[in-house]
Amino acid sequence: MIRREAVPFVFGAACLLALVAVLEALIRAGLINPFIVPKPSEILWSFERIILEEQVLPRFLLTCGEALAASLMLTVVGISLGVLLHRWRIVRLATETWVAAVASAPLVLMYPLFLVIFGRSAWTIIMIAFVAALPPVILKTLEGLSGTRPVLVNVGRSFKLTPSQLYWKILFPSALPTIFVGVRLGMIFALINIVGVEFLINFGGLGQLVNELAERYDLPGTYAAICFVILVSVLFFIGTERIERWLRPGT
Amino acid sequence: MAQTGHLTRAPQAAVPWLSPVTRLRIVILLTILVSWEALAASGLLLREVVPSLVAVGRALAELLFRPDLKWPVDIGSLRFVHQFWVPAFYWHLYVTIMEVATALVIGGTAGLLVGLALGANPFLSKAFERFLYYLGPTPKIVFFPVMIMWFGVGPESKIAMGTISCFFPIVLSVAAGMRQIEGVLIRVGRSFRLNTWQMVTKIYLPAMREPIVNGVRLGMGVAMIGTLLAETKLSNKGVGFMIIDAYNTFDMPRMYAALLMLFVIAIGANTLVGRASRG
Repeated sequence: MIRREAVPFVFGAACLLALVAVLEALIRAGLINPFIVPKPSEILWSFERIILEEQVLPRFLLTCGEALAASLMLTVVGISLGVLLHRWRIVRLATETWVAAVASAPLVLMYPLFLVIFGRSAWTIIMIAFVAALPPVILKTLEGLSGTRPVLVNVGRSFKLTPSQLYWKILFPSALPTIFVGVRLGMIFALINIVGVEFLINFGGLGQLVNELAERYDLPGTYAAICFVILVSVLFFIGTERIERWLRPGT
Repeated sequence: MAQTGHLTRAPQAAVPWLSPVTRLRIVILLTILVSWEALAASGLLLREVVPSLVAVGRALAELLFRPDLKWPVDIGSLRFVHQFWVPAFYWHLYVTIMEVATALVIGGTAGLLVGLALGANPFLSKAFERFLYYLGPTPKIVFFPVMIMWFGVGPESKIAMGTISCFFPIVLSVAAGMRQIEGVLIRVGRSFRLNTWQMVTKIYLPAMREPIVNGVRLGMGVAMIGTLLAETKLSNKGVGFMIIDAYNTFDMPRMYAALLMLFVIAIGANTLVGRASRG
């Protein structure tokens, strides 16, 4: 017996499955060219093949390693710059609009420049992800620190906390949930850019897998690899969302 | 003894020529430019990685003003056929803008319609919005090989990349915006016995201007990235192609100039659409 609130979810999943079944039938009937869209059943079977033959696990770990390195750099540099802008109001007034403007520029297009600087290596991928995802971390850190309730700061002052104590005991803990929103956004941007640049420069982990299979015209493999990339991104997204909810209960 | 009621007033300085913030901005910009030029002159890094600002300036001037491409204009109805010599950048920019605009029209219309349907119907929203929400932040560029197979190597595959990129932020913004419409507005519409079309055009869309414009702004940003990245991967025209072509011929000043112009245009477009949301 399905619970009442699960009905829409089951309906959505059933529609998705029905769509896949219709696609399979149309391809089998010859109405869709199988050399353009392979049969969903073929894609499903090729999952095993790409996992066993294409070293998916080392590729996955490489992409994770790149994402981890970029995230660590993002967290350290982004939060530090956010704190810096919060600490010196005049620097904030002078540069906050610049940071916001840079956030809207397609920074990932600079990847050929990074190729020249770092060569065709994992560092190119890590650095482009870091640069492209930095602005949201800075802006959210600034937003979190500025959004601290004045009463909390006043309590700190009434206890005669030193500026450093005020930061570590009051401002930082209060801003942490918002800062994490920024770090999470940054991590998502970083992952998108990492897989994207891996695909574009044909180097590294999961992005390269898609590119290689496409160049070999291994259609079921390409579709399976794309599904795998999407699956990994969705799991990453859900995982970081859980952490965010844990940090911000009630939102 | 504590002093009370002792108000001092700072001597009124003459109206400064520039505010401290503007002065700091100028100082930061000058510091960056001077450091760049010093680094370029020092030879510590490859000259191609940090070219002199003069070289970048020259490349920018060439990019914007040196006519090096014949652009045929054929207006059949006016019997006007002519070839204009223009800087190639404008032709490539035109191609990219047309691709992004077409992607925004297709992805935006689809996003608006699906968003309205999801926002209006809680059952549909619970059934499908979860998929869209989780698919939204996935890297779309990996779909490019599939788009090439479906739509070919021409501008169509780039438009498709832009379309799938901008669809997700627009649909999620519209659906969320629709749920935030005040109930009283909807009840007013119903009490006037508006039909569905009138409800959409007279109540829903005007009340959702801000989320729609915000969705379009987000969508435009990702459509631009999707289209340009696709152009760098496989294309023979567009600004993305120009950038990767400059890289392939190792013409770094030209690449810097193209990137600079691209960023200025992207930031300008984003600011314009942002202003539209604030009215």
